Amino acid sequence: MTELFADPSIWLPFVFAALMGLSILIYVVLDGYDLGVGVLLARGTAEEKDRMIASIGPFWDANETWLVMAVGLLLVAFPVAHGEILSTLYIPVVVMLIGLILRGVSFEFRAKAQPDHKAGWNAAFVAGSLMAALAQGYMLGLYVMGLEHTLWTVLFGLLTAACLTGGYAFIGACWLIYKTDGLLQRKAALWARWLLAPVALGFVAISLATPLVSQRIFHKWFDLPWLLYLAPLPAAAAATFVWLRRKLQHLPRHDDRGSFQPLLGAILLFVLSFAGLSYSFYPFVVPDKLTIYEAASAPESLLIILVGALVVMPVIGAYSALAYWIFRGKARELSYD
Amino acid sequence: MDLDPTLLARIQFAANISFHILFPTITIALGWVLLGFKLAYARTGQQKWMDAYFLFVKVFALSFAMGVVSGITMSFQFGTNWPGYMETVGNIAGPLLAYEVLTAFFLEAVFIGIMLFGFRKVPSWLHTIATFLVALGTTLSAFWILVLNSWMHTPVGFEMRDGVAHATDWLAIVFNPSMPYRLSHMLLASGLTVAFLLAGLSALRWLMGQRSPDVRAGLKTGVVMGALLIPVQIFAGDLHGLNTLEYQPQKVAAMEGNWETGGNVPLLLFALPDEQARENRFEIGIPSGASLILKHSADGEVPGLNDYVAEDGTPQHPPVAPVFFAFRVMIGVGVLMLLVAWYGTWQLRGGRQPKRPLLYALSAMTFSGWIATLAGWYTTEVGRQPWLVTGVLSTKEAISDVPGMVLFGSLGAYLAVYAALMVAYMATLVHLARKAGRPKDGGDVRAPFPMPGLSRAADATPAE
Repeated sequence: MTELFADPSIWLPFVFAALMGLSILIYVVLDGYDLGVGVLLARGTAEEKDRMIASIGPFWDANETWLVMAVGLLLVAFPVAHGEILSTLYIPVVVMLIGLILRGVSFEFRAKAQPDHKAGWNAAFVAGSLMAALAQGYMLGLYVMGLEHTLWTVLFGLLTAACLTGGYAFIGACWLIYKTDGLLQRKAALWARWLLAPVALGFVAISLATPLVSQRIFHKWFDLPWLLYLAPLPAAAAATFVWLRRKLQHLPRHDDRGSFQPLLGAILLFVLSFAGLSYSFYPFVVPDKLTIYEAASAPESLLIILVGALVVMPVIGAYSALAYWIFRGKARELSYD
Repeated sequence: MDLDPTLLARIQFAANISFHILFPTITIALGWVLLGFKLAYARTGQQKWMDAYFLFVKVFALSFAMGVVSGITMSFQFGTNWPGYMETVGNIAGPLLAYEVLTAFFLEAVFIGIMLFGFRKVPSWLHTIATFLVALGTTLSAFWILVLNSWMHTPVGFEMRDGVAHATDWLAIVFNPSMPYRLSHMLLASGLTVAFLLAGLSALRWLMGQRSPDVRAGLKTGVVMGALLIPVQIFAGDLHGLNTLEYQPQKVAAMEGNWETGGNVPLLLFALPDEQARENRFEIGIPSGASLILKHSADGEVPGLNDYVAEDGTPQHPPVAPVFFAFRVMIGVGVLMLLVAWYGTWQLRGGRQPKRPLLYALSAMTFSGWIATLAGWYTTEVGRQPWLVTGVLSTKEAISDVPGMVLFGSLGAYLAVYAALMVAYMATLVHLARKAGRPKDGGDVRAPFPMPGLSRAADATPAE
């Protein structure tokens, strides 16, 4: 153990890969639910739209900051990989960014512009959320396929685009079950039930494709004894799916009991799939080309960032918790005064 | 069509960063002004301060969202457009950017939710603290990004090993020679932008026929703030110029449009710099003016552009005309600000009513701060060329191999989105100004707000 920590060029890249992974996971869960609500907005009535937006209003900005954090860590800790990955994914990145731009500003404009423009801004909000979710799913697919552009990888990217968007819409629906009541809550439960199947499909597709694309990943999963050690991961995912399916049949209840549980299940699914992907790709940051150790910045610069991150991240956690506590309970109409 | 990727990458980055900087320029100072409105209400109990707060907090929220989304774009483009930048100076830029995210972005992003939507949900003191933390976050963000930008102009505290910069002295990097000047210049620019935004929107409301006390409060706050800040800005700008003269003389030479090093250099009011002939056409200048300003003596030596030409004749100085004109636009707007703000302060003295010419001038100058800020940034950034990091990395070396066509297409998409958003932003500001004049919900008097935290009356007793 002491030997491991003796050489900062060994443990620092690992710590930073972990920090970056954590940021991506937090981003996917948090912005996942609010992008999902954005996608589902298309299905709500005018009054429901206001409440759906109100449920994510105080949070979306901080949620998106985790994307800046994740990309920032990629940029500062693995600059070569940042250039390589984002240049390869240039077009989906542009689509995602324009989506995030549209979405972020529609949020403000729909409430502040002239009333007769509101429907247009709502449409921009849905379009922006869709663009961002689809682009992220497409990037995930291409990343799994080793960042190669062929007909099959692009088709696979389109499949993961649809599945991740479904996944976001699913966690968004679970968020709405938790944060709303009445008819909207019942609708959200219906959406969640309906979306569970495409999410499961995406899960299976990525789980099968990843080891098939790379010999290295295949051996990491299917050689003994790893197969046995890793078996709990897909088993837990399958159990969560079954549990979610049964839970969603009985929600929402009149006393609102258990309305938080689907969200918990959805988060668990994201965590499990993320754990699987991390295990598959470690130690590579650019699949099968560049490891985190080869791509890392100078140790002294990483150390400076690490010190700051260790001091500041608990504080960020604390005040984020404060915000969730202040805006706890069912979402009501948002107002400044 | 021949698409030069270097030029396209630069145009795309310039378009994004120009669009982005407009909104932080507003939010940095507006956060503090909003805190000021809240504290003024706490002290005086006058409803007008809260009314002003509720109008400008909407402007703040809108500007903040525009800044956030265009800022996310920036964080991607560092890598996509300039991979060579992080590869060469990533060990220095990385930690500075990371500290911006850690100390500023999360702070402002979390507390803006509480600041905007928490007024009824949290005690007033906590709301005031949230407002303070958002203002602090925007300012911290400006601090870190200006540290990095200044370091690119005046890099110190590092050594080059195998073509990669490694930090040797972080204090020297953070407090690099141009940082204090650039930071104060930018913070003051933000203050002036907000001063004229406040005054301009309030003048517009007055012209629409609104006469409630908060209109006058906004007008007066803006005009007086502008009148106080502009002399400070002129002083800070002069110091910044002298700092640039010391560290980047070729930039000053381009700003002055001076080709030959020597004394008695005139201050050019107008000229057409011709880089082919390496001379100016149609010069109109004040004799020895530039020497006087830069060296405080009529025969003071001012550097000339011809000192910065390589053996083979390639210029080692920035393109002259853009720097020369951008600098004059900035100065011109500054002088106009000085005249209007001082005249306005004099006219509004002792509770006097504003006259129409002042109101027209102010509403026309609502976004004058943006023009001056952009012109100033163009002066300093184009003035740094051909370097990306002075003496360390040239702009050409940092370019990515993204094909010109892809850059061209994405540039078009960004520009279309930005143009549409700019129209929507301005229209919404005007709409908010108009709506602020309409009484809420049928016009009955709004319920009094609980006194904010500084007063002992905070516990549920309504203010009078």
